[in-house]
Amino acid sequence: MTTHDKIEGAISIRKVTKIYDPEGARVMAMKDCSFEMGAGEFTIIVGPSGCGKTTLLNAIAGFDTITSGEILLDGDTISSSLKQIKPNVDRMVVFQNGALFPWKTVIENITYGPVVQDRMKKSAAAELAKGMLHQVGLGEIGDKYPEELSSGVQRRVEILRALINQPKVVMLDEPFRGLDAVAKTVMHEFLMEVFCASPRTMFFITHDLDEAIFLGHKVVIMTTRPAQVKKIVPVALPWPREHHIMNSREYLELKQEVLEAVHEEAKKAFEAGERELA
Amino acid sequence: MMNQLRTKILSPQLFRAVAGVLIFLSFWYLLTEVLKLPRFKLIPDPVSVIKEWVSFDPMSGRSLFTKEYYIDIAYSVGRTMAAFTFATVLGVTLGLLMGWNRILYDFTFPLVEILRPMPPLSWIPLAVLILPGVEFAVVYVTFIAAFFATVLNTLLGVFSIDRNYFLAARCLGSKPKDIFFNVVVPGSLPFIFTGLQISMGIAWMSLVAGEIISGQRGLGYAIYEGYFLYQFPQVISYMFTLGILGYISSAAIRAVGRRLMAWEARRRGA
Repeated sequence: MTTHDKIEGAISIRKVTKIYDPEGARVMAMKDCSFEMGAGEFTIIVGPSGCGKTTLLNAIAGFDTITSGEILLDGDTISSSLKQIKPNVDRMVVFQNGALFPWKTVIENITYGPVVQDRMKKSAAAELAKGMLHQVGLGEIGDKYPEELSSGVQRRVEILRALINQPKVVMLDEPFRGLDAVAKTVMHEFLMEVFCASPRTMFFITHDLDEAIFLGHKVVIMTTRPAQVKKIVPVALPWPREHHIMNSREYLELKQEVLEAVHEEAKKAFEAGERELA
Repeated sequence: MMNQLRTKILSPQLFRAVAGVLIFLSFWYLLTEVLKLPRFKLIPDPVSVIKEWVSFDPMSGRSLFTKEYYIDIAYSVGRTMAAFTFATVLGVTLGLLMGWNRILYDFTFPLVEILRPMPPLSWIPLAVLILPGVEFAVVYVTFIAAFFATVLNTLLGVFSIDRNYFLAARCLGSKPKDIFFNVVVPGSLPFIFTGLQISMGIAWMSLVAGEIISGQRGLGYAIYEGYFLYQFPQVISYMFTLGILGYISSAAIRAVGRRLMAWEARRRGA
């Protein structure tokens, strides 16, 4: 896998504005949103529901255009009002509700990328996939279909499906939503393990503040719609982390800081929602 | 093997199925032989139907033990299979392409929606005028409604696919043809196979209508002939023959579907 000395995947978000339906309803999802994600940095995005976090993900992934501003990947523009680079294997998305192909087995899902890109022979890709599964303790499930697996296992397989392509950036949109607390801790340890094995830029959207601080190098708190950066909280806890750090004073102080910022925005969003209803 | 067979025979499902058929037969017997309701005077009772069906020397010349019976079946099965095969190949292809390509959809959808509700029988005059020979006309009438049913179900199948599968496929580096074969086709298979069972049923229904009006030979034609010759036991035995053939063909489609959609079968099995 990649070596530590050459990590790519620095993302610059510069004054990005996105207006949906500019001719009609003009819904402003993001306004002059700017921040940086360093190469190999684990960045967490939190903010009120519907604030435009997924809009930003779609723009970086190349699923959707932006109205103005610019997004750069390692110094190259990948999205602006003039150009939009299509989705590609350098920016991999793990979806909110999971998007493993139900008609393909676990191995077929994981090997789909390398095979379809003609980067690897099917058999070689299958060997690699088996190795990856084995490494994370899922060696037995290769021939199963996704719907035969628990959602926690499905999630891990989907993350492996992304990682086998060696993307520069991995974007996860609330990937562990709906999992119970125990399953979540397993997922966090899994993510920590694969991240340490080959660090790359992570863009991780969540509502779970514990998850945010436990996993992130920094937590970017977004304002209510239109999304802007409200606050960036660096998390200087050492890596790899273990769950008992959640009891440390440092951790609790960080959580308090994030919570206050999020709470303020949530309140604004709530009031704005009430205004819209009135 | 023996044990499996035994549990199957002793299963409550089979018992209920047999009981359902017996209840139906006794109602029929009651109406025709015991109550003898006025409108049922000419309707043969189940016993005489079965007698005619298994007779070595049937009044109508058509029973399980005559060559005629199997020639009729062969004609009908051949026509239905030809029509169903065309309807499936063309219908699935058109439906997939319509669902996948917005421009093709815009061009074809209104047309499909106008042509689709036209009853198969209304095509008979045109089919007879345009196509060479009666045989093609019957197959065409059998084909047409099944075709549109397949197109529509396939199209709905493509539309039923979660948008995220397309996005994920693009992220993973798919070219359009990869998306077509790895997302569009497998994603719509469950709808396609539901649709094929419907279209098979429609094909049998249209076949009989087509055979009655413009055909020679075949089960539908023989039913019509039996009606004119007052051979009602044969009419009813042929109706059941159609029912059984329809049942077998639907079961065959389900079996093929289960093979092609292993992921669905395993999920239900789990």
